[in-house]
Amino acid sequence: MTARNRELLNLFVVGLLTACGFASVYLASQDIPEFSTTSLSYAGFFLALFLAAHLVVRYALPLADPYLLPIAGLLTATGLTMIYRIEPGQAFRQGVWVVGGVALFAAVILLLRDHRRLDPLKYTCGVAAIALLALPALPIIGHTVNGARLWIQVGPVNLQPGEFAKVLLVVFLAGYLRDNRELLSMGFGRVGIPSPKHFGPLLLIWGVAMLVLFQSNDLGGGLLLFSIFLAMLYIATGRWPYIAVGLVLFAAGSYVLYHLRDHIANRIAIWLDPWQDPYDAGFQLVQSIYAIAGGGLFGQGLGRGVLLSDSGEPYIPFLETDFIYSAITNELGLAGGAAVVLLYLVFAYRGFRIAMLADDGFSKLLAAGLTATLAIQAFIIVGGVTGLIPLTGITLPFVSYGGSSVIANFLLVGLLLIVSDHVNRSADR
Amino acid sequence: MNAQIRRLFFVFAALFVGVIGIGTYWLWRAPDLEARQGNPNLVVRQLTIKRGLVLASDGRTILAQNRKRKVQGRTWFLRRYPNRGLAAQAVGYSTIERSRTGLEESLNDYLTGSNANLSTLVDRVENKLRGLTQEGNDVVTTLDAGAQRVAMQALAGRCGSVVALDPESGRVLVLASTPTYDPNLIERSFRRATQVAAPCSPASPLLNRATQGPVFIPGSTFKIVTAAAALDSRRWSPSSTFEDPGYCIEYGKKVFNYADQAGPHVYGTVDFSEAVENSINSVFCDLGKAIGVRRLLDFTKRFGFYEDPPLETPGEERSPSGLYSKGKLFDPKDPNQVDPGRFAFGQERLLVTPLQMAMVAAAVANGGVLMEPHVVDRIVSPDGDVVTRTRPDEIRRVMRAETAAALTPMMVRVVEGGTGTAAQISGVDVAGKTGTAETGRANENDTGFIAFAPADEPAIAIAVFLQNQDGTGGSTAGPIAKTVLETLLRRTT
Repeated sequence: MTARNRELLNLFVVGLLTACGFASVYLASQDIPEFSTTSLSYAGFFLALFLAAHLVVRYALPLADPYLLPIAGLLTATGLTMIYRIEPGQAFRQGVWVVGGVALFAAVILLLRDHRRLDPLKYTCGVAAIALLALPALPIIGHTVNGARLWIQVGPVNLQPGEFAKVLLVVFLAGYLRDNRELLSMGFGRVGIPSPKHFGPLLLIWGVAMLVLFQSNDLGGGLLLFSIFLAMLYIATGRWPYIAVGLVLFAAGSYVLYHLRDHIANRIAIWLDPWQDPYDAGFQLVQSIYAIAGGGLFGQGLGRGVLLSDSGEPYIPFLETDFIYSAITNELGLAGGAAVVLLYLVFAYRGFRIAMLADDGFSKLLAAGLTATLAIQAFIIVGGVTGLIPLTGITLPFVSYGGSSVIANFLLVGLLLIVSDHVNRSADR
Repeated sequence: MNAQIRRLFFVFAALFVGVIGIGTYWLWRAPDLEARQGNPNLVVRQLTIKRGLVLASDGRTILAQNRKRKVQGRTWFLRRYPNRGLAAQAVGYSTIERSRTGLEESLNDYLTGSNANLSTLVDRVENKLRGLTQEGNDVVTTLDAGAQRVAMQALAGRCGSVVALDPESGRVLVLASTPTYDPNLIERSFRRATQVAAPCSPASPLLNRATQGPVFIPGSTFKIVTAAAALDSRRWSPSSTFEDPGYCIEYGKKVFNYADQAGPHVYGTVDFSEAVENSINSVFCDLGKAIGVRRLLDFTKRFGFYEDPPLETPGEERSPSGLYSKGKLFDPKDPNQVDPGRFAFGQERLLVTPLQMAMVAAAVANGGVLMEPHVVDRIVSPDGDVVTRTRPDEIRRVMRAETAAALTPMMVRVVEGGTGTAAQISGVDVAGKTGTAETGRANENDTGFIAFAPADEPAIAIAVFLQNQDGTGGSTAGPIAKTVLETLLRRTT
């Protein structure tokens, strides 16, 4: 079976699951369960959209990995189903964002064709990433939501430029690290401690991450950017002291901010003991844990979970964005939560496989960086809402409600598929 | 670089396994987490159980039932109380926001089918496997709906309580408390439900005055306890004579008998029966001094004072009767801390629950044997099988049978020609004792009446207590006891 037929088959399975999910939610919401075809229209529309994406890939990237697009599709469908269950009106808006995401996905594949064309643009990408990160700090267009200054308003649309910055940062780092990896890898002593002067770029990125953290008050975003950098630096150099020093620097930087900003201090105190203030500061995490524990092994059933009060208010604030994983676990149980986590792990496996098969440094670093970005982001939020690590608000890729996040992640998958097609093409030769 | 990528993958794998691990940990802790305040999962789980009915003793009158509502893809069973305030304090309420009280709280496991009886366990597993709604057990109480209604109507507009028992079995036939409240309003408009106009302050409609507080001064109804102690000691008999000068001397001061416009009553030479019939304080004052605080206190404990009165309602809704000092139950180590004279005629610092005083009347009625009161007759599974049934249970013999036999005609004389004539029922001998306790405020007496009937073959024991009455126990509580007794006696004959 060819890769594309495999992808098509996977997408049909995803379409079937989507139809089941929407039908379950629809039936659960009816007083007298009555089947209606409108409940399937979302699934039909969803399948058509991904078939279109599939045709673009079939036309432009026939040898690309057949699992990444269906995994993205299944995660998107899971998210849409949960959003539809929590707030049907938002599901429609999210559907529009998904259309936008698929459109950008198609545009990148059809227009870019070859990811190596990004190589000469690496510094442009780096500057653009920093510019995007700085945008919300501007007056007028920039604004603050829930204490984090991450948003800009363009006309009627709210955007989170940081979501796009992370993709551009990966492109920049792939090029920069490919050029400088020899230099950065040099070290002295038995464990190969790098020369202090080579810590320069590390310190620079650390400074940027801290600035982002301090200026935007967004611990999750700062942690994500810095982790992407450390992961790629490690792949490029194989020097673990970079990671050690980097993590110490991040911890130290956060510690200083810990004292400057109550916001961050609270997060860590809550993580250590969520029940010290279960009705105020610890409320979100405590409710999230209740939702996860209440799901049991197989969940309360789609549309039947304990997520909203009888007046329709979610028990956990930001249920459809930061805490969507808790909602999924409540309705689909530990089994459903583990399945979502495994989807990210399979995605990481397929993405890293592309990187390992690639024969040039830029492609390797680009594929590995994009993959690591998605996996780290998923871990930061899933680990946060389950209480494994301190909770920092960030979207769960493809699943959470949010336009910028959905569109940026489709861009990420598009780039990854371009690399994949290229890698498999060279392997064929 | 491939080695690094492979290692990084394993790091991610470990992190994601960690996420699944902590999820498993929370699952393992779920039972403990579910019991925590503020966890909506437990509340919703309880609301999705088809809670059992609470019924009066006829098995038809519904005291608590369910109203279905579809919420968030589930059927919620919300509570309705079709008889509103009829037995509101005893049945209690079950709500989302304000938890539960009364039998709704203490029998919650039975009502939700969460009890550990084998038949219920089997039903529960079967329902779960078949994906059916978990169903609770129905509770059939011993309350007589008709008599309860008569008692509530008689109490209307006053702060008081009526408790009626079957002295032979301990079945609670009436457990009434006013002011009452509408349990249907608790969830949505708690203030409207609880802010009621009543001639007492605080009105506290949620308070079960029958078992809780205690809020009543027993006054002369307590003389039955003193008389029982006296007769049981064999030092006195119904024909023992006393000299009444109209007062007794306590700590060098005169304590006068009940007084009207003509001044304190003076009876001269009387026997024990006449002293009970006319409720002569000076006689009981002297008796108390002769018996002594220690023995009197021991006798109250045989009747059940100083313990929560036994009943199936929650422990916090039952309070012991006894001496109270500064709001706390007071069990004096040194008898000199208590005035034996006032204690003997029910003043001092005595506070009682109507249930306790009904138990006093019931013990006399039952030949001196105190039966354990119970308000739950049986618990029935959704299929109609009896899960448990309450059997009559003896607490103890309080007094010798001869003592009870001697007390009965003395109490009959109270109703025939003494202070309790308002409770006379034609064709039936009623044995009773009145009580009028001054609260220190003008025209605001705590009044009471305890009785049993028929005197020769007692079927009902009753206690009626009222707060802030302008009148005596005989004139205020007596008529209420009469109407409730008549209703109940019609039923038993």
